[in-house]
Amino acid sequence: MKQSASEKAKESSTAQPAGVPSPLFGSCPLPIFEHKQIVLGHGSGGKLTADLIDKIFLPAFANPVLNKLDDQAVVQIDGARLAFTTDSFVVTPIFFPGGDIGKLAVNGTVNDLAMSGARPLYLAAAFILEEGLLAEELQRVVESMRDAAQQAGVQLVTGDTKVVNRGKGDKVFITTTGVGVIEGPIEISASLAQAGDKIIVSGYIGDHGIAIMSQRENLEFEGAIESDCAPLNSLVSAMLEVSRADGECPLHALRDPTRGGVATTLNEIAARSNVGMLLEEAAIPVRESVQGACELLGLDPLYVANEGKLVAVVAPESAEAVLARMREHELGKDASIIGEVVAEHSGMVRMKTLVGGTRILDVMFGEQLPRIC
Amino acid sequence: MKYLDEYRDGKLAARIVDEIRRVQTKPWVIMEVCGGQTHSIVKHGIDHLLPKGIELVHGPGCPVCVTPLEMIDKAHAIARRPDVIFCSFGDMLRVPGSDGDLFTIKSQGGDVRIVYSPLDCLKIARANPDKQVVFFAIGFETTAPANAMLVHAAKQQGVKNVSILVSHVLVPPAIAAILSSPENRVQAFLGPGHVCAVMGYSEYEPLSREFHVPIVITGFEPLDLLQGILMAVQQLESGRAEVENQYSRALGREGNRPAQELVFSVFEVGDRNWRGIGAIPGSGYRLRAEYADHDAERLFDVAQIATRESEVCISGDILKGNKKPHDCPAFGKECDPQHPLGATMVSAEGACAAYYAYGRHLERVEPKLTGITSAGAA
Repeated sequence: MKQSASEKAKESSTAQPAGVPSPLFGSCPLPIFEHKQIVLGHGSGGKLTADLIDKIFLPAFANPVLNKLDDQAVVQIDGARLAFTTDSFVVTPIFFPGGDIGKLAVNGTVNDLAMSGARPLYLAAAFILEEGLLAEELQRVVESMRDAAQQAGVQLVTGDTKVVNRGKGDKVFITTTGVGVIEGPIEISASLAQAGDKIIVSGYIGDHGIAIMSQRENLEFEGAIESDCAPLNSLVSAMLEVSRADGECPLHALRDPTRGGVATTLNEIAARSNVGMLLEEAAIPVRESVQGACELLGLDPLYVANEGKLVAVVAPESAEAVLARMREHELGKDASIIGEVVAEHSGMVRMKTLVGGTRILDVMFGEQLPRIC
Repeated sequence: MKYLDEYRDGKLAARIVDEIRRVQTKPWVIMEVCGGQTHSIVKHGIDHLLPKGIELVHGPGCPVCVTPLEMIDKAHAIARRPDVIFCSFGDMLRVPGSDGDLFTIKSQGGDVRIVYSPLDCLKIARANPDKQVVFFAIGFETTAPANAMLVHAAKQQGVKNVSILVSHVLVPPAIAAILSSPENRVQAFLGPGHVCAVMGYSEYEPLSREFHVPIVITGFEPLDLLQGILMAVQQLESGRAEVENQYSRALGREGNRPAQELVFSVFEVGDRNWRGIGAIPGSGYRLRAEYADHDAERLFDVAQIATRESEVCISGDILKGNKKPHDCPAFGKECDPQHPLGATMVSAEGACAAYYAYGRHLERVEPKLTGITSAGAA
């Protein structure tokens, strides 16, 4: 398998003390970026996004914290370990079944923090508003953010607002930035998966992506599918309560499989940890309505976005206990062990299909496109 | 889920595989014609389940793949025009022409839209009376009725700013071309279920007789495909060559008569170029003269656009079943879905792209998996 961006970055940054620019910085000629212009696929979370990060962002900003390419940075300040992250939200339509752009903006950043095992504390929010946006719509978005922040137990403590000309934005774009604190000896990273670990998904996959698609213009697909948008920090803290007999953290890797879906997320973990993965298609929870929509559109639920789900890579001896604890939680009641980490086929995710064959789940290339027939 | 899980049942699959193994006495080469079947075979790993000696080769039935490069370039020339809203099925957007793809044109300001039904173009045309709305009408017989319905409805309802760029191809002439080729290896066909749901299968009977080849019209779910393979092997082993219908829950011998009538009222049979294969006489549809006002190729004067294909690419041999993706030195290296060199890499249903999407470029050779292929284990 091709070396991932993170692996390359990791190699180039080893033996570099924190704070010292890596040799990449300022010395490496920028790699050739093949696209003359940005296309939508560069924002898909798949290979094109990785290409953008690899060839444009990493060469410019590379440093040991960034180079880890986790969904959040973990930094140490005067002995305290802080998780720090930012995320922009540009979803259309801004209101959709199960949520809206405001709820998404709060939960997305809360979840990125939670995936490091951090307790999310504070958020900043920046709004880019398009001239002509109805004040009433903005009000609804803001109220939704307030409710989501309350539910997640975080405070929105600073922010910014800009207005752009009509046609230069799409109603409202929101960027949220968050900080949280990591308490205790918690070490969770996409690079810590080990052969034998169990892979758990916290519930039905693909709900968010299909809910959004069914609402988009030109797709007259009537479905009662709601986005799963939810804050995962309380689920994570419940999972962290399960300790191994030796006191070690049983959670090795945690990710919320947003853009690119479960398949892309597992590929990232497999590549970062230099392990293989073997999934059981029959064990992967997919709602009938989502499965049906995917069959109609020629999409694969494993590559469809989620906004209230996590995948956990857990030490085998603790997997059942973690699963049981998850199932007691509202957001984990449909959790399932979907496969395990293996030493073979490093960097590759394989799946036993329902019918008894096998297939490889690769990283998504760009946007998933509905097939012609 | 209902109507799906029963066609993906591991235990039943294992029983059909056992039956294939019991019936088979020698090696056979079977081609699945349709791109949807190829996709399903690779997605579910069905070829890994088959006994040694049953070789599946992947046919020319991916409409996106076989759309000739010059037609893609014509589409792009039209889509670049500021007075045009260019509408297409989703998977045509990433197909590269000589210079970029429709996504690139969109990023440069072209109004390119994905539609889920050709009839959506009527609504778009009514909402944008100052624009020309052009639909990229590609596909086999499966998509022909819906595409025909668009211009039929536009003409009836007097919506003048709708036209279609036609690149329609037909399955039976392609099967005839494959069987007539001196290098042909294919001994039986899994016929295209969805195409036959429209057209029926009577037109495959003369082919089966003339070339003495079994043709089993087959569906798209794993058990459909396995059963179709079993029926083909049974015919081959007993020396029969007939058209059989595995997909009887979806179609009968006559097909969908009203759909056929609509298609023939709008289209007539004409010659077509196939990407990777070349010209096949009588292998496609073109608009009838009555619909000339809705013919984008005529309206936008793109008829002179001509192109040349990569010389490295072996997609012609793959489409004819002579070679497989792993036989190509460029597969997964110079050629991937981001930089396809030819037909079979451009759409998810193309054999090379299906192999790539399901990670088979990560393996040097056709995988022979041990230990995890026992059907029904899931």
